[in-house]
Amino acid sequence: MKRLIAAAALAATIGSATGTPATAAETVNLYSYRQPFLIEPLLKKFTEATGVKVNVVFADKGMLERIRAAGENNRADAVLTVDIGRLYELKQAGVLEPVNSKVVEANVPAHLRDPQNLWIGLTQRARIALVSKDRVKPGELTSYEDLADPKFKGRICVRSGKNAYNVALIAAMISHHGEAKAREWLKGFKANLARKPQGNDRAQAKAISEGVCDIALANNYYFGLMLTNEKEPEQKKWASAVNLVYLNQGSSQYGNHMNVSGAGIVKGAKNRAAAVKLIEFLSSDEAQKIFAETNFEYPVKSTVERSALVKSWGTFKEDKLDMETIAKNRALATKLVDEVQFDEGPTS
Amino acid sequence: MNTASARVGTPAASLLPKLSIWTVGALLAALFVALPLLTVVLIALGGDTEMWHHLASTVLGLYVERTLTLMLGVGLGTFVIGTATAWLVTMCRFPGRRVFEWALLLPLAVPSYILAFVVTDQLEYAGNVQTWLRALFGWTRPQDYWFPEIRSMGGAIAVMTTVLYPYVYLLARAAFLEQSVCVLEVSRTLGHSAWRSFRRVALPLARPAIVVGVMLVLMEVINDFGTVDFFAVRTFTAGIYDVWLNMNSISGAAQLSSVLLLVVLALIGIERFARRGRRFHHTSSKYSALPSYPLTGARGWLATAACALPVLLGFVLPASVLASYSLRYFRATLSVDYIGFVLNSLTLSVSASLLALVVGLFLAYAVRLSGSHFVRSATRIASIGYAVPGAILAVGVLWPTGFADRIFSGAAGLFGLTLGAVMIGTIAPVVYGYLVRFLALSYGTAEASLGKVTPSMDGAARTLGLTPMGALARVHYPLMRGSLATAALLVFVDCMKELPLTLILRPFNFDTLATFVFQYASDERLEASALGALTIVGAGIIPVLLLSVTIARSRPGASPERPEKE
Repeated sequence: MKRLIAAAALAATIGSATGTPATAAETVNLYSYRQPFLIEPLLKKFTEATGVKVNVVFADKGMLERIRAAGENNRADAVLTVDIGRLYELKQAGVLEPVNSKVVEANVPAHLRDPQNLWIGLTQRARIALVSKDRVKPGELTSYEDLADPKFKGRICVRSGKNAYNVALIAAMISHHGEAKAREWLKGFKANLARKPQGNDRAQAKAISEGVCDIALANNYYFGLMLTNEKEPEQKKWASAVNLVYLNQGSSQYGNHMNVSGAGIVKGAKNRAAAVKLIEFLSSDEAQKIFAETNFEYPVKSTVERSALVKSWGTFKEDKLDMETIAKNRALATKLVDEVQFDEGPTS
Repeated sequence: MNTASARVGTPAASLLPKLSIWTVGALLAALFVALPLLTVVLIALGGDTEMWHHLASTVLGLYVERTLTLMLGVGLGTFVIGTATAWLVTMCRFPGRRVFEWALLLPLAVPSYILAFVVTDQLEYAGNVQTWLRALFGWTRPQDYWFPEIRSMGGAIAVMTTVLYPYVYLLARAAFLEQSVCVLEVSRTLGHSAWRSFRRVALPLARPAIVVGVMLVLMEVINDFGTVDFFAVRTFTAGIYDVWLNMNSISGAAQLSSVLLLVVLALIGIERFARRGRRFHHTSSKYSALPSYPLTGARGWLATAACALPVLLGFVLPASVLASYSLRYFRATLSVDYIGFVLNSLTLSVSASLLALVVGLFLAYAVRLSGSHFVRSATRIASIGYAVPGAILAVGVLWPTGFADRIFSGAAGLFGLTLGAVMIGTIAPVVYGYLVRFLALSYGTAEASLGKVTPSMDGAARTLGLTPMGALARVHYPLMRGSLATAALLVFVDCMKELPLTLILRPFNFDTLATFVFQYASDERLEASALGALTIVGAGIIPVLLLSVTIARSRPGASPERPEKE
């Protein structure tokens, strides 16, 4: 039995040795809520350009708790997230410190970063409608409010109401219309669903191509990623069955709902200088262009152009609603989803 | 069985000092394992209860109803399939029996979220089955025909039953194998048919083991998030994540998790109460060959089909779908650092399974020695980490490890050293988390197996001058070998599949096969990581095969070189 313990201890030692990052060169330790596919090429470019090595842990939850539990021993220098919710949560928890970089301030417009630069928006994404080319006439659906119109009964697909992107959209509806109207809207939206909310954004386009429904909500970049997916060509077929519609574009309307992906520096970061360098790089022309070209997101830096494909969808009016207003309404939005039992689908 | 048997092992008051070492050791070990669970409860107590009011007035009832339905469905399903197949391959002769002995374990290697994905991939509208049906009948639209909704409660029950029944099979089979043939012969002599012998004698005797199996299944059902989320079945666990991540309330999530813990404790308590005062030791040492009822003709083939179906659905189907995807996307994924992922997975799983084995055996034996209700309850509480959703348990692991880090670095600071985190960010918290999570597997198995060793053995061993440790090594261990191997390998296979803990606790730049697969699966792009998923399944097969050999040889009286059945 002693041998077993010794073996376990040995294994643990070896493992922790290989898991410990090298400290020789300048490094930055990153907690990423963002999936590695897009981030890895960017980080590689960053290391090539600056010589700073990046160590990453990717996880979709729990990074805040990890920072808090480690206290002054925390090793993370910077955090990357995919929506405003997590950024705001980190800020509220008091684990971020101001980025304070002239470069970043020049690159990122003020409304896409925190007033004290505790969080920095890096890309914007639009929550758009995908509509069937065959079964939805141009102009038939023009606004988020339309989603609750009984004429669309049984024709709408969407992922879970609890998904971060949908929660942010519902939070924005609360900001625009107030809680009571937002609840009524969500009820009407639910009544129009063709099926119980399920799958991810891509799965909704797939459902339209199969004829399950005619209308879906999705983040704009999924449409681009599907249209250009050479590895999984069946996704091209799904995307070719739908048109992209920007919503609430009328002159009196507030514009299409937007979210941000972003970054922040962890309070007491031991590699602060390197972390600032990383965020400066991510807001630079080079990185912004990669975000735009390979992931079809909207660059926050105004001098960087959108990808040709995104441009082909036309220009549109953005909802300029303050990001933190959206973040503050997330908890309430989640409760509305529960109250109308959105995720139970149309029958209940 | 408990108090009586334990006291026989500790007859003299003079043994008390030695006893207390075991008792104290057990309590310390239990505390160590229970720390993350206590942390979760502490976090829960630190929050307000506003969230309950909201949930109670909206979706709590639905969550509870869903969770109970799922538990009932999967619990019944795994009990029937696991026990029936175990009885068939252990006691009957029919075509293919020798293959099924081990093949029935194979679905254990398949993570349930992967089977969920594969099944959906095949049965959804665009999947092979419906495409074929449409071609056959000339349907063109989803509105043209009815097809069961895969992403549903029924789908979730079916998928989870298919991958979880091996827990019950494994423990039931080990129990049947360890049963003395005498009781069965007596039963037959008294005129019972094979079926009645099963129902009246073998099944009740195997009850502790089967209960452990079903409890493991139920805890797995309770803490699952990946499968139910994929099937859009909103259970209690979905509510926990929702409160945590959308309402930004870790304390609320911890409160919900604590309620789950109470439910599991209550379940365990009810079961113990139901078999209070009964004993399950084997008093005879006569272990001649098992009877092997021959099933001939149609009955034989029916048995074959009954055993083949779970293997086909739970293993052959996912493995072949993954294999075909792997071939198709081979080049796309080949560049990724596979060997590194495999080594990382193996390092974590081997360390954790050895640790869980040692701790589980130690606790089970210490409880037997001490016979104290307090020690027993403490260890039982320590081993219910299996029922906590993995990501919440990870948070429970983070706090104590972070605290230890601060003590270490504070101590180092006294000597003018800068230490930083020595635990968080290494694999130590991951292995610790696995231990907490999977101790139920090793402790439960060890406890059930020890329960079958009659206390008179303890008495005899001690009378002949063995220390408690000596008795464990020379008497109990040889009798328990099969069960212990089962425990270690169960933990190993589960660690290979473990995702949420690993994701949150792992070091920088460190991926296992499961975290690698998740990066794609979370995007519903399992095709791209099929090779990784296949490797998890493949890595699970080897221990599963070892397991089945060990179990076959574990039957008391079986010669190690030659299994007793021909």
